[in-house]
Amino acid sequence: MKIIIQNSSDVPIYQQIYEQIREAILSKAISEGELLPSIRQLSRELKVSVITTTRAYTELEKDGYIMIVQGKGCYVKSINQHVLEERLLKGIEEHFSEILKSAKLLKKSDEELLQLLKFLMEEINYDK
Amino acid sequence: MTSNALEVRNLRKTFKDFCLDDISFSLPNGFIMGLVGKNGAGKTTTIKLILELLQKEAGMIKIFSKELHSDFDIKQDIAVVFDDLFFVDDWKISDVESALAPFYTRWDTSTFHGYLKKFNLTTNKKVKELSKGMKMKLMLAVALSHKARLLILDEPTSGIDPVARDELLDILLHYIEDENNSILFSTHITSDLDKIADYLTIINNGTIFYTGTKDGLFEKYCIVKGGLELLTTETEKYLLGIQKGSTGFSALLDIDNIKYITPDMITEKATIDDVLIHVNLEK
Repeated sequence: MKIIIQNSSDVPIYQQIYEQIREAILSKAISEGELLPSIRQLSRELKVSVITTTRAYTELEKDGYIMIVQGKGCYVKSINQHVLEERLLKGIEEHFSEILKSAKLLKKSDEELLQLLKFLMEEINYDK
Repeated sequence: MTSNALEVRNLRKTFKDFCLDDISFSLPNGFIMGLVGKNGAGKTTTIKLILELLQKEAGMIKIFSKELHSDFDIKQDIAVVFDDLFFVDDWKISDVESALAPFYTRWDTSTFHGYLKKFNLTTNKKVKELSKGMKMKLMLAVALSHKARLLILDEPTSGIDPVARDELLDILLHYIEDENNSILFSTHITSDLDKIADYLTIINNGTIFYTGTKDGLFEKYCIVKGGLELLTTETEKYLLGIQKGSTGFSALLDIDNIKYITPDMITEKATIDDVLIHVNLEK
């Protein structure tokens, strides 16, 4: 598993760890049931504090990606593809409703919003 | 339920020209705490009081929930690394072992020699022939060879090159891979702590400015900058350690008070150094 910490980044370090492990799990770079390095091993590897790695692992556990077994280690949980899609979709819905709230405040028209979305899709080369 | 490796409550010690007052902090088992402050802030005095090398006037110190003077055996659980070596100059490293080992009930020769090998220290070398970095490593080897559960380091990285400092950090993180081990680490080279400390205690002029998690410090304080025209007596009340120059000012701000500053001021994330500098300006 590859984890690269950017100290100059504005993204908190625990979140960088969280995102990269999640990415590895979702892309199947690490497979289901695989043992992850322990919290303390990982903090030594990455030269970050134990609190930081603990936070990353706790969030991963909370979001259902890994399982922390006291005294044994941290395992990649089997992820039900259906549940996963459901969860990601729910995330998209939440983000969209946030956007709509802000758009309402700014009194943006539907056209303007859609145009903005289209523009962003081109920007990040969104391609299904 | 996590217990504390070290607990200090309302500690006080007065000298002719310096006073350490109402020092309280606790280090939970299994973590690294950084003790920071400028030279003369009271870091070494605090450590000496913890080790009972100095007599406290008031307060309580508990190591693994026991007070040192009531249970002398706890000393076996403590290892200390000072910034200077206290071994006799003409001793060879092998003499260091034979002189110190009898004091420790759990001295482990093979661990000691393992560390010597890892640090490239040969037993027939004399103490006075060692460089500053080597001396630190020798002290560390001694400290880690008697199965102590609390490691106290007093300025171990001052005068040490970046490579040796990085090695030290790795050894410390290896040490706390065993979650029964804890570290109290005093330093003013804050980049070391930026990386590995879980908790921070900031001492300024003999009193505690902050104690808590490292992340908590950055959630509590930020740096504020702006042009001098933005400063009013009203806003200055909420800014800590204002540093004024001809081009503008910078100061520390408790994030709870963020509503009192004007939107024209720029806020940014503080570093441990920023906090130390501004806290020192605040009188």
